[in-house]
Amino acid sequence: MSTLPPASPHAHGGASIARTMRHVQLALLPATLFGFWLFGWPAVHLFVITVGACVLTELVCQRLMRVESSLGDGSAVLTGWLLALSLPPWAPAWIGALGGFIAIAIGKQLFGGLGQNLFNPAMVARVALLVSFPVVMTQWVAPLPMTADGAPGFGEGLQITLASPPAPDAIASASLLGHAKTELSRGVDVLHAIGAATDPLFSWVGSRAGSLGETGAIFLLAGGLYLLATGVIRWHIPLAVLAGLAIPAAIGHALDPAHYLPASAHLLSGAAILGAFFISTDYVTSPNTAFGQLVFGFGIGLLTWIIRSWGGYPEGMAFAVLLLNALTPVIDRYCRPRILGRTYRGAPIDAAAQRGVK
Amino acid sequence: MGFIDRFLRTRKFSRGIHPEDHKRPAADALVRKMPLPERLYVPLLQHVGAPAHAAVAVGDTVQKGQRIAAPQGAISAAIHAPTSGRIVAIGDIVAPHPSGLPVAAITIDSDGRDEWTTLTACADPFALEPAEIGRRVSAAGVVGLGGAAFPSAVKLSGGRDANVDLLIINGGECEPFLSCDDRLMRDRAEEAVDGIAIMLHAAGAREARIGIEDNKPEAIAAMRAAAAGHPKIRVEPVPTRYPMGSEKHLVLALTGLEVPAQGRPADVGVVVHNVATAVAVRDAVRFGRPLVSRLVTVNGACVREPGNVEVLIGTLADEVLEFCGGLRADRGAPARLLMGGPMTGMQVPSLRVPVIKGTGGILVLDADEVGLRTPGPCIRCSTCVRACPVGLLPLEIARRIRAGDLDAAVKFGLKDCIACGCCAYDCPSHIPLVQYFHHAKGELAARDRNKLRNEATKTLAQARAERLERETREKAETAARRKAGPDPQPAPAPRPAGAAAPPAGESA
Amino acid sequence: MLFAVVSLTLLGAALGVMLGLASRFFAVEANPVVTELEAMMPGSNCGQCGFPGCAGAAAAIAAGTASPACCPPGGRALAETIAARLGIAVDLAGLRDEGPKVAGIREDICIGCTRCIKVCPTDAILGGPKQIHNVLRDACTGCGSCIERCPTEAMAMQPLPVTLQQWVWPKPAACA
Repeated sequence: MSTLPPASPHAHGGASIARTMRHVQLALLPATLFGFWLFGWPAVHLFVITVGACVLTELVCQRLMRVESSLGDGSAVLTGWLLALSLPPWAPAWIGALGGFIAIAIGKQLFGGLGQNLFNPAMVARVALLVSFPVVMTQWVAPLPMTADGAPGFGEGLQITLASPPAPDAIASASLLGHAKTELSRGVDVLHAIGAATDPLFSWVGSRAGSLGETGAIFLLAGGLYLLATGVIRWHIPLAVLAGLAIPAAIGHALDPAHYLPASAHLLSGAAILGAFFISTDYVTSPNTAFGQLVFGFGIGLLTWIIRSWGGYPEGMAFAVLLLNALTPVIDRYCRPRILGRTYRGAPIDAAAQRGVK
Repeated sequence: MGFIDRFLRTRKFSRGIHPEDHKRPAADALVRKMPLPERLYVPLLQHVGAPAHAAVAVGDTVQKGQRIAAPQGAISAAIHAPTSGRIVAIGDIVAPHPSGLPVAAITIDSDGRDEWTTLTACADPFALEPAEIGRRVSAAGVVGLGGAAFPSAVKLSGGRDANVDLLIINGGECEPFLSCDDRLMRDRAEEAVDGIAIMLHAAGAREARIGIEDNKPEAIAAMRAAAAGHPKIRVEPVPTRYPMGSEKHLVLALTGLEVPAQGRPADVGVVVHNVATAVAVRDAVRFGRPLVSRLVTVNGACVREPGNVEVLIGTLADEVLEFCGGLRADRGAPARLLMGGPMTGMQVPSLRVPVIKGTGGILVLDADEVGLRTPGPCIRCSTCVRACPVGLLPLEIARRIRAGDLDAAVKFGLKDCIACGCCAYDCPSHIPLVQYFHHAKGELAARDRNKLRNEATKTLAQARAERLERETREKAETAARRKAGPDPQPAPAPRPAGAAAPPAGESA
Repeated sequence: MLFAVVSLTLLGAALGVMLGLASRFFAVEANPVVTELEAMMPGSNCGQCGFPGCAGAAAAIAAGTASPACCPPGGRALAETIAARLGIAVDLAGLRDEGPKVAGIREDICIGCTRCIKVCPTDAILGGPKQIHNVLRDACTGCGSCIERCPTEAMAMQPLPVTLQQWVWPKPAACA
């Protein structure tokens, strides 16, 4: 202990960064395990490589900058985890490794480490990979559960991950959003294009093509509710994201069902649930106040819908998160809490008026 | 934004924290009275305001309750001998303060008889003029016993001038570990209510409300029973939420009124006094008994027999702890020695410091209770924003202070911070946020003092310049007169080079 | 071609005239920054900076010929304030900050020569000829002018003791 007299308070609630990160990881676990089962060993290998790359990059960066290692807080693991969940499950190993490097080195340490980054590191990496390697990043595989016949074993899985992407025609498939976009561009309307894929039960358990984190919405939702219950996150951002996505989607679908996917499809596909509960709620890159968080979340939801509906990419969550991350300082500047005894503008409140009211 | 305002106000006080209260079993143990210590150290500064001025000399014998130091200035308080005995020293001792700096104190050797001086009692305080009550309270050296130690008489008589119509009695005691007010309300409810009635009379308020946190059901029941015969005094349980004992928050919780920033409760027609102060006021007015002792909670995992003790002002904390069985051997070295509660109390360099009027607790905490950790980086999780009962952005203020930009910190509301400690209590990165705020507030005060000093210097330098000028002129004129003396025709006085010419029309 | 040349020439001429007029009409007599800096300074004109009084030092600092840290009585706090006002970086490494200091007199050596009294810019020293002098702590600016004047070395600068009311919590050590 230093010689300085420690100031009050001389008690602590017991919260710590490591504990928060552990809660988030616990909440992600069911969806991740489900994803592993659904997509088999290649997904497991990719996950391990991505998380490993993040941890290694963090270690090297902190060694190079000669600062104390902060691996113990688990934030690098979580970044890798979220990134892995947003990658195509059978993507090659180098995608995971490069993504992990970008997330930690460029997305986080370059800004000065934990707490200093302006953008969500996992989303920085995902967007960088998506614009650099669009083909690899949009090759989805149809689910092939670990227990099913013909699923790759541990060794085979390793080969798939380490080698170039798997033979396209055998297993390549499109995610729901990608499929709808392609069909729409070919002139087929959405109603025919997605057909059976909008069966709600089918979407909830997520037995369809997509990243680890977009299948199994129900598990992600359960994880999100767990985070809400433990107080790790608050309801403002998730609710605002989902509302920002669902409200315009419902309006669009009601006006022109042939061109706009229904709200349920928007909510249950892509990274909607993962983004609402796990990615946009990132402490570092989201606003401080409840009102600011509502604005921030709604902005992400709305922007995601806009990109999905009119943009060039089938999925827009990552872009929306990054754009709103950039706006966070502005939101923080304009959404300040009211100080007790002051008006919103900061002037002391009128005592005489209150006495009169009483 | 008016509707949001109304929305927030109807919800009253919704921020703050729920710390583990650690109040029992100490709160349930009966109050013990400390035996007379051999030597007492009575500091001259135990209150907010100017230090008192010693009114006795070394070697004097004093009676218990005799005034030994007189107040100085408008905001100050008298100090009385806690027991009868002889003054053995007037000088510096280690202050009960984290800095470990000295404070002037009067040291008294007890003669063991504990004899009161003659006190002027008053049979019917309600027949007294309010101003006379204020004088008696002031003469008894009563200060706010909740911790801030603001001279009570100033608040009482100020209440009348400010047209106060509500007296709020603070029985919140939201600090964890402390239970002296709880104990006082359980054991001396009648006296407290009597004191409140006297205060009502003195302040000229219409009614009194006693706010007690609902984690003290025994105190609520006792106070309700005692207040049953007083139509103007009401007991109101308030939710248990830290910092309910903060003046502004208690006012908000009980009335829905917000005290304006940088204002006082009197601005909205309210005056707040601690419940222990009410008992002290009663003693002062009814019996003329000055404030020479108080209830102190001795608590913490390292204390062998935690509980509440009635202690004479000036008793060393060390001796009080010894009276409570001393330290437990099985807990290892204590992590913190505190005067006051864990949220706002002060760490003291050692327990060889005296109990003063504002000391509500002597706590010896172990490492588990303190929750010591090395601070990490801020992850902007905004937990502190949610915790802050004032609605500040502690993380932003601390960031500005870390960068040395105090003006920006002030713009973010640094001066509205009440240093309650909620932000640092909840911070997952264990950042000493409150210390940043203490530091910045101290620096700002130092800056203000410096400015005053600079201005004084300027005035002095100017005065000197004027004096020099006058002297030169006078010298020159005397010289001229002497020269002109034998000469019938006065010649214009020669001026030394460099001396400024006097303004036209000025005569010597 | 001709049109371009003519128009640009006219434009240049018009702007030049405007600039000339502006400098004539909007000329500022005294530099407002100097006045502002002077207001920040102690104002005792002790001369330790080597400039003629506080006004001289303010002018030199504003002109950039003197460091904002040149004022010993102002100390670190003044240097920082001035640097912040001018928006410049200041090297405070050379400026020891041991807190404010005031002059003190050793009474057993003081011969009562009154030399110190004459140089004190704030009349902070009391005493008459052949009497022991005394320093008024509240009035002393700590400029140190009196130290050199004392023939018996009875004067020395002493740190102003920190009292409870003036004590400031230290800034927490920067973390990670």
